[in-house]
Amino acid sequence: MTMKLSARQFKQRLGFSLLTLMTFLTVVPIIGVVIYIIYLGFPAINLEFLTGFPREGMREGGILPAIIGTFYLTLGTAIFAVPLGIGSAIYLSEYAPNNRATQLIRIAIINLAGIPSVVYGLFGLGLFVLFLGFGTSILAGSLTLSIMTLPVIISTTEEALRAVPQAFRTVSMSLGATKWQTIRKIVLPQALPGILTGVILGLERAAGETAPILFTVAAFFLPRLPNSPLDATMALPYHLYVISTQVPGMPIKIQYGTALVLLVFVLSMILIATAIRSRARARRQW
Amino acid sequence: MNKISIRNLSLTYSDGTQPLKNISFDIPANQISVIFGPAGGGKSSLLRTLNRLNDLTDLKYQEGSVLLDGREVLDPALDVIQLRRQVGMVFARPVVLPFSIQKNLTYGLEVAGETNKDYLLDVVESSLKKAALWDEVKDRLADPAIALSGGQQQRLCLARVLALEPEVVLLDEPTSGLDPISTGKVEESLQDLKSEYTIILVPHSIQQAARTADQAIFLLQGELIEVNRGDLIFTNPQDTRTQDYIQGRFG
Repeated sequence: MTMKLSARQFKQRLGFSLLTLMTFLTVVPIIGVVIYIIYLGFPAINLEFLTGFPREGMREGGILPAIIGTFYLTLGTAIFAVPLGIGSAIYLSEYAPNNRATQLIRIAIINLAGIPSVVYGLFGLGLFVLFLGFGTSILAGSLTLSIMTLPVIISTTEEALRAVPQAFRTVSMSLGATKWQTIRKIVLPQALPGILTGVILGLERAAGETAPILFTVAAFFLPRLPNSPLDATMALPYHLYVISTQVPGMPIKIQYGTALVLLVFVLSMILIATAIRSRARARRQW
Repeated sequence: MNKISIRNLSLTYSDGTQPLKNISFDIPANQISVIFGPAGGGKSSLLRTLNRLNDLTDLKYQEGSVLLDGREVLDPALDVIQLRRQVGMVFARPVVLPFSIQKNLTYGLEVAGETNKDYLLDVVESSLKKAALWDEVKDRLADPAIALSGGQQQRLCLARVLALEPEVVLLDEPTSGLDPISTGKVEESLQDLKSEYTIILVPHSIQQAARTADQAIFLLQGELIEVNRGDLIFTNPQDTRTQDYIQGRFG
């Protein structure tokens, strides 16, 4: 027996090594960013930073208005985008006739996901802020973020619905269930983990975007909490942009502290989604 | 007494294929009618016409008449939900719903609005007994149905149909994926069931057709070739094509 590698085996080893290296190169920067932000931002985190209002031209004090603002915007986006997105996906997957019009709608939705977010921002300014007269407000911002989020929610939900075996639908209807009963009792529960993933992916994007809220809701400096959907508000991504570029002499730990809070906000959404999903899977029969 | 009368039934799918061409025959009540023939002969299409499951496919048009107790099944105004409870169907591949064993059995009744817990429990027991599955699962009714073996799943599918107290039971190659012992159990249940139900079976082999048929219908490429009593058609077929198929010259 010889230990010499054949050309095929050598190619295989080389291929594996390259793939491992690529994965490594992808993961290292992600972990690097997280560690860097924690390292520079953590010293800023204390009770006042999380629960206080900005002072001294935002160079001191806390970022509570931005945290609350982002929370409200995410909530508002969920209220508009989740029912609308899931509803459209159910229609497209279960009811829409398989014709050219449906295909056109589907292509339009996929392409909507690729539109730059600043364009959504301008659209929101035109439609919600000016034409409908909502002003720069949480309402206008949430609606703008909803429109941006809808394509993500619709396409992932539709995919999750289509992954439910057709045989379940046939069997359910052969047992005398209506189409709607079949969807509600079998298709939706089966697709739920996939739908949740789509919803969270969409909302996470909404929480972190700056451009769509730039013209529609975000306040440069507003040291109080919003008390109606028609109020403007500060928000984490825009606040981060402001303190990183617009305010001279800003302590670096405040910038990275804000970034860290935004990161934790988004990551905790992912964690909640994962928890709900694995609970749904465990309760499922397989 | 005839339970179902089929007259001049033709089906056309939107791709132009014609799975059934001008079929006419009667299905007597409380017997096992076996529809046999080579693949692509229109057997499944015929079964799916009887409970209007063809509505879910890309059916282009259907002609002719299917009378169930004198009522037109093909009538567009017919309540198909009611029809499907009356004419139950067991499929070739056992598809258990993603629920417990018990919930699989009560699903059809629950979607029809039945909420009486005692009645539902009674139905679970009686339908499992009819499908010869009760003894094997009575201690684990709350377990996921998917945990059952293939043969048990198929008998669960039969019990699930029986739970709806149908009048007609359609079975589309119900034993095609089963081992000989499970197949025997299913065939045995069918013999017990025919006193209560009208059974229409697409068998997975000619041997099964010969074992189970009170009446047999031979379908070839969408045409009805021969209908006769089961004890006659397999021993003394009238048409040479039936004879050739039974003797294994084609198919």
